[in-house]
Amino acid sequence: MSFIKKPKISHPDLPKNKIGLTIRDYEGAMSTLCAGCGHDSISTAIMQAYFELALQPHRVAKVSGIGCSSKTPTYFLGGAHGFNSVHGRMPSIATGANAANRELQYIGVSGDGDSLSIGLGQFAHAIRRNVDMMYLIENNGVYGLTKGQFSASADKGSTAKKGNANPYTPIDPVLLAISLGCTFVARGFSGDKEHLVPLIKSAITHKGFALLDIISPCVTFNDHEGSTKSYAHTRAHMRETVYADFTDHHEEILTQVEPGKFKEIKMHDGGIVGFKRVDKTFDPTDRIAAISYIEEHRAKGEVVTGLLYLEPASSEMHAVLGSSEQAMADLPYEKLIPGKDALARIQARWR
Amino acid sequence: MKPTNTEHPDHYHRIVDCQWGCPAHTDVPHYIRQIAQGDFTGAYLENRKSNVFPGVLGRVCDRPCEPACRRGRLDEAPVAICRLKRVAADLSDDIRPLLPPKGDSNGKRIACVGAGCASLTVANDLLPLGYDIVMFEQHAQPGGLIRTNIPAFRLPAPVLDDEIALIVERGVDLRLNTRIDSLQSLLHDGFDAVFIGTGAPRGKDLALPGRHDTDRIHIGIDWLESVAFEHTDTIGENVLIIGVGNTAMDCCRSSLRLGGKHVKVMARKPRGWFKASEWELEDAEEENVDIVINHLPKAFIVEAGKLTGMTFDKLHYDIDEQGRLSKPRVLEEVFIPCDDVILAIGQDNAFPWIEAQTGVKLNQWDVPEVNTVTHAASIPGLFFGGDAAFGPKNIIWAVEHGHRAAISIHKYCQGEDITKRPPRGINLLSTKMGLHEWSYSNDFDETSRLQMHHVDLTQRFKDIKIEVELGFDPQQTSKEVERCLNCDIQTVFTENLCIECDACLDICPTHCLTITDNCEEDDLRTRLRAPAENKEQILYVSDVLPQTGKIMVKDENLCIHCGLCAERCPTGAWDMRKSRVDIPYAALSPTD
Ligand SMILES: Cc1ncc(C[n+]2csc(CCOP(=O)(O)OP(=O)(O)O)c2C)c(N)n1
Ligand code: SF4
Ligand code: SF4
Ligand code: SF4
Ligand SMILES: [Mg+2]
Repeated sequence: MSFIKKPKISHPDLPKNKIGLTIRDYEGAMSTLCAGCGHDSISTAIMQAYFELALQPHRVAKVSGIGCSSKTPTYFLGGAHGFNSVHGRMPSIATGANAANRELQYIGVSGDGDSLSIGLGQFAHAIRRNVDMMYLIENNGVYGLTKGQFSASADKGSTAKKGNANPYTPIDPVLLAISLGCTFVARGFSGDKEHLVPLIKSAITHKGFALLDIISPCVTFNDHEGSTKSYAHTRAHMRETVYADFTDHHEEILTQVEPGKFKEIKMHDGGIVGFKRVDKTFDPTDRIAAISYIEEHRAKGEVVTGLLYLEPASSEMHAVLGSSEQAMADLPYEKLIPGKDALARIQARWR
Repeated sequence: MKPTNTEHPDHYHRIVDCQWGCPAHTDVPHYIRQIAQGDFTGAYLENRKSNVFPGVLGRVCDRPCEPACRRGRLDEAPVAICRLKRVAADLSDDIRPLLPPKGDSNGKRIACVGAGCASLTVANDLLPLGYDIVMFEQHAQPGGLIRTNIPAFRLPAPVLDDEIALIVERGVDLRLNTRIDSLQSLLHDGFDAVFIGTGAPRGKDLALPGRHDTDRIHIGIDWLESVAFEHTDTIGENVLIIGVGNTAMDCCRSSLRLGGKHVKVMARKPRGWFKASEWELEDAEEENVDIVINHLPKAFIVEAGKLTGMTFDKLHYDIDEQGRLSKPRVLEEVFIPCDDVILAIGQDNAFPWIEAQTGVKLNQWDVPEVNTVTHAASIPGLFFGGDAAFGPKNIIWAVEHGHRAAISIHKYCQGEDITKRPPRGINLLSTKMGLHEWSYSNDFDETSRLQMHHVDLTQRFKDIKIEVELGFDPQQTSKEVERCLNCDIQTVFTENLCIECDACLDICPTHCLTITDNCEEDDLRTRLRAPAENKEQILYVSDVLPQTGKIMVKDENLCIHCGLCAERCPTGAWDMRKSRVDIPYAALSPTD
């Protein structure tokens, strides 16, 4: 937290994107998080991704639960819509909002506590419904906002600031999501924006539920020696598996990457996600292989990052339900509430 | 790139753009903060230490600091550094008790020729050391070109008198109305050293037909001098000024106050190629002076002994892609009527009084050879400064010459090697007061540069002595001081504390910071988070960072010194520290 606001003055030659905005047009209010919190870095990566994709902030809805992580939607995309819900209940708010207005892009911001403890059930069902949204877990292994208790993602044996070790095995949101049929699963690190930004861009472009688990160190309660979610530990044990590189011009990627290491997948809107495979044996479209790969490395104490699983031809919630093509929010009143007669006709169908 | 050597005294000095740009290296942000705190006397003394004549310079300095000001690079006007200097001078208490008195005589006698700002600075610096200064001045009053060439409506005489008195009354043997006609005999008068600060006293002439057929053609600086001494108090209604430098601006505005009604400044080139400072042009145009471009003087037309006007070739220039002017093409000849012509096309140095037998070596332009660091001429014990040294520059350069020459004279008289110059130093002091509190006003103030108020156009021509600029009032001052970005409050980085959380990079409003892999400068400049095309500004490059082996790079170009990087850093790897450059002087070794 700082006493002064970030001044509006900016670099006079800041580049503009296709819609004439600079990166500063994607900012939100001044963060009140602890200085150095990974969550702030993720907010910046989100702004960068939206800037690069040249999307309009006011076409976005940000939803979140409770926690330091859940506070962050205030700190990016000030021009977007936002709803800060109760603890662990963001998925149902997001589902409802998406049901009512499928025209907006949804960003759900949550924490490991918010999604893996109190909100685990909601989290699972939003995946199962394949709500079209980008869902971020800003994962620091603790309940930051309530002063650093272990969360459900804390590794067994990892120590708290005062030295006591965590006795429980962790829930890995990535494995959980893949097992629940999530159609886009990736893991990033707040301290590595170079790879985080393309992951976010790919997640935004994905049609369906895109889960991004982002290791995001809590500098205040979980950045000490003995923590497995600190900056230093994550850097030492991170295993970058697949670089995702989102682009509209796939020729560019093809020329940059060695043959055999490259695979590309066409996304819903025609954009391309290119994968640069650091590990040639890994294939992010093979679900079973992905699970065993992650498990294997987890056993070695390594954190696998990158785009881990992608099913491009996914059917998101509206497609499954066959709901109105036009956003419900935009339907004329008579169409949305067709009246008693219409209700009677519907009921008659089941008589 | 190699890690930046921040120990070098110039490293942090360069970041204080205004101070670096000032020939005398006045600590601008320091005195602006003193003004902000109401310490006008302190601000005056801070100025006086380096520029000796704050009251004068706060009105008429060429202000090389302002184009250098960082604020100007952020798409805005620079801080009104010069006019804030005037505030300090106008509101300062009497500083006489605070100045060092003349030291006990050390038995050394120094002659200063000319009582202009260079000589006066030499005296100012040497008096406390006990030197006996004898200063020769051809006019009845001291001041040199500041007195003779700057009109009273820009610089009232009392301001100048007072600042000269602060030096002279401490014991300079000032000999007025004493013209030195022979260096040879002066050198035989037993002085331990001689300093020549006689200015560039010869205005250039224009040898065109008709030049000597009338007495209504005047040489600019001579004419200004005779106005200053009140020998001239009228001029014709139609006046042509030839040339468009700062002297031309003083001539045209003075003409308006002596009876000129239609005053035209005749320029050979288009706007953008004028020598005058932008603000002096503005002030002249505010007074309805007509600036006529692309006119090349051809002849003075004198009919029956009376000047009736001048003929000019009207020129056309093309501007090429690099923005250069082509050779001009003559369009037509034009006649412009006038009663008087003032020539303001530059000055030359003239040293008819330096005889060959003195052994003083002259260069190809017939002026003495002078060392640019020591200011020594080719014979021992003889020094030059101000316009006399290297031709016309400006007041602030003359003052700086005086400081340098004083150091040389002192060393020379003590039998030391004058080429061994005392080094500059740098001091750094943390400004951290609390978690998010700094001992300077770190928030960026969006206020635009404040406009100087002027005496009404209907009033100001009544008397040439009416000062046009009113100076900043307290409200204006309190706003303008906040525009200063405190460039002397430096971002100081300690790499082994950095955990690469990116917080500083993310918060920086002007995208100064980048963490990246190291490479050569040209390449590095393309990898930064925002364009870094201003190569005059340095890149700070850290040593390798502990976690990834990358480096922290800071493009100093647009840092607004807001301190947010240091506030957001969880480990204190960034700190905001006030830098203070130690500039050596002959007598005063600077202290805070
Ligand atoms: C219903 C309810 N139960 C408990 C809390 C207390 N509480 C606030 S934040 C939080 C945990 C947040 O952890 P996480 O989602 O990991 O966010 P972080 O602060 O670590 O980013 C808890 C338990 C609450 N606000 N509401
Ligand atoms: S307590 Fe931890 S998670 Fe919360 S803002 Fe501070 S560093 Fe971030
Ligand atoms: S002080 Fe720090 S945050 Fe502020 S502009 Fe300079 S580098 Fe950026
Ligand atoms: S905020 Fe501090 S620790 Fe974080 S990257 Fe910047 S200098 Fe390093
Ligand atoms: Mg947490």
